Order: sequence, then structure tokens, then C-alpha cells
Amino acid sequence: MISVGIDIGSITVKCAVIKDNEILATSLDLTGFDVKKAWNKVFYDTINKANILEKQIDYIISTGYGRESVDIADKKITEITCHGAGAHFLDPRVRTVIDIGGQDSKAISLDKNGRILDFVMNDKCAAGTGRFLEVMARAMGVDLKEFGNLSLEAKDPVKISSLCTVFAESEVITMVSKGKKREDIIAGIHNSIASRTFSMANRLQISPPIMLTGGVAKNKGLVKALEKKFAQDIIVSPFAQLNGAIGAAYLAQNHKK
Amino acid sequence: MVEYKKAPIKAKDKMKQIMTNYFLDAYSAKDNGKKIAWITSGGPVEPLLAMDIIPIYPENHGAMIGASKMGQKLCSYAQGLGYPNDLCSYALADIACSKGEKGPIGQLPKPDLLICCNNICSTVVKWYEIQARYFDVPLFILDTPMCHTGFSYEIRSYVEQQFYELFLFLEHICKKKFNQERLQHIGMLSIQAQRLWQEILETTKHSPAPMSAFDAFFHLALIVTLRGTQVCVDYYKELLEEMHQRIEQGICAVPQEKFRILWDNLPIWYRTKWLSDKFAQKGVCLVADTYTSAWCSSLKYIDENNFLNPLSEAYTRIYLNQGIDIMADEIIKMIEKYMIHGFVMHSNRSCKPYSFGQYDIQNIIRAQTGIPILIIEADMLDETKFAEGQIESRIEAFVELLETRYEA
Ligand code: SF4
Repeated sequence: MISVGIDIGSITVKCAVIKDNEILATSLDLTGFDVKKAWNKVFYDTINKANILEKQIDYIISTGYGRESVDIADKKITEITCHGAGAHFLDPRVRTVIDIGGQDSKAISLDKNGRILDFVMNDKCAAGTGRFLEVMARAMGVDLKEFGNLSLEAKDPVKISSLCTVFAESEVITMVSKGKKREDIIAGIHNSIASRTFSMANRLQISPPIMLTGGVAKNKGLVKALEKKFAQDIIVSPFAQLNGAIGAAYLAQNHKK
Repeated sequence: MVEYKKAPIKAKDKMKQIMTNYFLDAYSAKDNGKKIAWITSGGPVEPLLAMDIIPIYPENHGAMIGASKMGQKLCSYAQGLGYPNDLCSYALADIACSKGEKGPIGQLPKPDLLICCNNICSTVVKWYEIQARYFDVPLFILDTPMCHTGFSYEIRSYVEQQFYELFLFLEHICKKKFNQERLQHIGMLSIQAQRLWQEILETTKHSPAPMSAFDAFFHLALIVTLRGTQVCVDYYKELLEEMHQRIEQGICAVPQEKFRILWDNLPIWYRTKWLSDKFAQKGVCLVADTYTSAWCSSLKYIDENNFLNPLSEAYTRIYLNQGIDIMADEIIKMIEKYMIHGFVMHSNRSCKPYSFGQYDIQNIIRAQTGIPILIIEADMLDETKFAEGQIESRIEAFVELLETRYEA
């Protein structure tokens, strides 16, 4: 049984191929303006990597904001259900998934079979999302990849009080000009995302263990801030951004054309 | 097996006609020597009718503005005058129209007096004060204390006293004696209409439901604007009869009804069609809501033989003027009554009293019933507060959740 999951997010397109419950290949690329072109490229890249032919695929599920544009998909499922399924597939112990994506974040609670019990999404706002981090990194002139490690060196994290991305940006610029240490500001930014994420997720009953997914899961500083806020260890998905696509491919494993 | 089918509600055209006549009457009030009162949606309309005053509801007008997708334009006009973005969009749109901006029916007929009852919110007090200054007309404010846990003797006498003041106020304006007998007669008609409205809403206990909450949002206009009149009673009799026929003939709102949903808060007026289609495509029917049922929720306090007596209680103990524990209790009763699978709460930027306690209510309902609950953020009138992509995803994910929950 070969299945494919395609996850079209606001910033990146992701694809995963699963054969008999084993991941064969994954890839991702920027979404850009032409969504159709983007997923076509990622889709063929992935099946080439997996060394399979298109006609060998039994079932395709698309997910993410752009899921409707995938005309080759046999079924379209929301990213909530797919993220839950992906986390369950990667680690069946997981009961809460926190996904911080490019323009939204969500928390999902799962039962032991990986089924969704409940979910919440962030408000219509970029605060507490990957985009927020990008804006802050730019404001500070630091490469996003450095962000996580730098914040681990913080001694005295600053407090960012503004919830709005645009206002927080000017707050950060003010702190830079006041001569606050770079690592302290970055740690403050991570704390601000962590507390936003916590108050969102707290609307659910959070059961351990928690898995963090989405592009920002690679950011060690943020993981640390989240662990502190949630007062527990957090499992970081080994596939970070690919979790939704893997979940879609995994759900597709149970379908026959 | 019965073959279920969908068909429009026939009475609809008649209702449009009734509403047109109502507005025509209001526009020609001056020529007929009648006065116009603007009144809040939860305000006591029966005393006005007893004095032959035509009541006009800016909030009902607000709903029409929303349904005609004119909300955004009018709200931003009022914001341009200096009113804040956070102000209730009904107030914003009404202020904009009063200043000469055009709504779906042009402008409302100008008021001779204003009646404001704060049983729905405190916003209306400031809103009506602004309008009283602008139109330079007298304003009566009926102050109904919040009933956090119940009703009391003190509240009753405090509100009752104000009713007598209201009668004097109306006598003064109309320059004639207040007619208590007429009030009793109008009160009876009002109660009859509320009973009928309740019966109509309760026909959706049947599965599949003969109509949906989206239909109720439309047919609500009469109980708001014309309760206390014979026209209203006759119309609802006809509508109720039609609902019974629909049930018999297998006509319903969503023929493939799989899930029955309860809706909380005001409708998203400019998106009712979009939402109704979105839900129906997935076999979901909004069978009931806390909003339209608010217009019959105080029936339990009413005494038919003496309408005046419990008037203060009926107008004070309305849905929005109570503590959240009481609200949650009412919601739980509805969940049982309508065999609800899921609860969708509209967190409405405009309406603070309705939206403020929603997360607590959500927790109470979840703990006591275990049904899935979805909160979507929007505004009843202002389209800029509606994010289609996000709301669509949430609704679809919610339906997937219902599927795994109930179809496993
Ligand atoms: S705040 Fe709510 S209750 Fe008050 S007028 Fe606006 S919509 Fe109505």
C-alpha cells in the first residue's frame, strides 16, 4: 500500500510518501505565488526520491490551506486532523500536539488511537506564529537559524509586553537602541510566543506528553521557553514541518481507491 | 423509507410583505398623526403599542444592513466620525445612517422619542444618549439590574416603579391617558406570539429538522418588531402550520442531516448563506440557537391574566441579563431538547455581553455534556472581522471531529 500526503501551507508545500506504514521519502519547498506549480514540483520530487511511479500510488490526501487546489488528491482533510494523525504515527504516546506554523498556531488533543478530541487555533493574528519570529529576526538583523541558540545564552530575558507583531517589532527596536543584550531580547521574544501558545493551548485539557510540530520546532530556544511555560518536557517532532504531510499520508494508508 | 427533500419556506414572501407594510406605515406616521419611537431590541414595546406609537428597532435595521452586506461601509463611516472600532457595529451603522449615509432602506424614519432598556447591554445607553442629543428628542432609560443568580424583591419593585414612570412619560408625550386595558389586550397578543414562536422553534426537535436556525434568523424579525399585534400572531400561526406540514411531507433544511448543531450568539449576517451552505454540504444542520430563542425565554415569568404584574420580571430576566451559570443551564437544556451533537459559538467582536463569558460557558458545557465545541471569531456586521480561510478550516476540522466522534 503506497500513499501520499501533500500539505500546502501559507509559506511551504510539504509532501510525504508512505509504504506499508514506513516513510519512504519527504520533501518541501516554498509555496510562492503559483500553488499548483509548487505542489506539482514537490510531489514529483518526493516520488522520485521514493523511487516509485505515479501509477503505483494507491491513495493521495491533501491538507493545509491550499488543499483544494490539489486536483490529484482522492480526499481533502484539514490540517488539524492530519497534524493529529502525523503526531500519533510518529509517536503513539502523544496526547497533545502543538503546531506552530507560518501564519497560525494550533493545539490539538488526541485520544490513544490518535483521534482528535478537541482543538484550538490562534486568533486572527500573527503573534505567536512562525511569521512573528521571522519579523523579529529581521528587526534584529539576526539570521533566524541563529535565533534559538543565541537565546540559550540569555542571562536576563527582557519582557515583551505587546501582543501585536507590529507593535512588538517597535518594542524590540527600542530595546536594541537602549543597548539591551541581543540574547536577552531574543529570549524575551521566545517567552512571549511561549506564553501566547500556553494561553491558547490552555483552553484545552492538556494531557502529556506534548509534541511540538511546525517549522519552529527546530528552534531550541523556543522549545526551552515552552517547556518552562508548560512545566513539562516537550517531544520535538523529528519531522517538524513535515508532520501534516506525514499525517495525511498515514491517514491515506487506511483507504483503498 | 421516507424520501427527504429540501424546499423553500412558503410563508417567507408573506413576511417580506408584512415588513414592507410595517415600514410604509412608519414612513407615513407623520401624515397620520402617529409618533415614532426607536427602541432597543429587548425593550418593552407593549406600552408603546398601547399608546399607538410605532416602534422602530435600530438593531433590526442593523440586521438588514448586515444581510445586505453594507455593514463594513457604514461602520467605517462612523469610525471616520471618531467612534472607535471596538464599538458595537449595530451602533456604528445606526449612527452612520442617522448622519445621512444610506442603508438598505435608505434611512429609518426619524424618532419622536427613544426608549432604551439596558437588559441587553450597556452600550445601548450611550448609543441612545448620542441619538437623543442628535435628534433632540426625549429619551427614556429603563434600568434592569443584572440578575447574576436569580431575581429579588428589590429588583422587582425597582423595575416596576420605572414601568409606571414609563407610562407617565408616554402620557406626557402623547398628551393622552395611558390605557391599561389596551395594554392588557396587547400583552395577550404578545404572549400568544411568543408562544407560537417557541412552538415554531421547537419543531426542529424533529430529525431531520423542518427548518434551520438560519431560517429562524430570518423569521425572527416579526417577533422583534411586531409582537403585540394581530398580524404577528396570524403570521406565526401560518408558519407553524407550514412547519407541521413540512414534517409530514418530509421537507427539511438539510436532507442528509447527520449532525445537529446548536449556535450561540448573533448570526454573522453577511455570511448566513455561506455558512448555511458550508454546513449543509457536510450534512450538518444548525437546528437551534440561543439568540432567536431569547424572544420566548421569559415566557415562564409571564402571567396571562395580569400582564402588567410580571412585566418587570419578564424584561429583566432575559437571557443576556443573567449570570453565566444560568446561561449555561439554559444551553444544556437546549442540548438535551434538540439532541445536539456539537456546539458552535460565535465570538462576536461587537457584542461583549454575549461573547465575554463564552470560554467559561464552554468549559461548563464541556464538563457537563462532553459534546465538541467550536469557537469562531467574527462580527455580526463588520466583514473586516471575518477571515474566511480560517473559519472554513475550523468548521471543516470540527466536522471531521464530529465524524470521528460519532461515526466510529
Ligand atoms: S452590544 Fe450586543 S446586545 Fe448591545 S446592541 Fe450591540 S449586539 Fe446588541
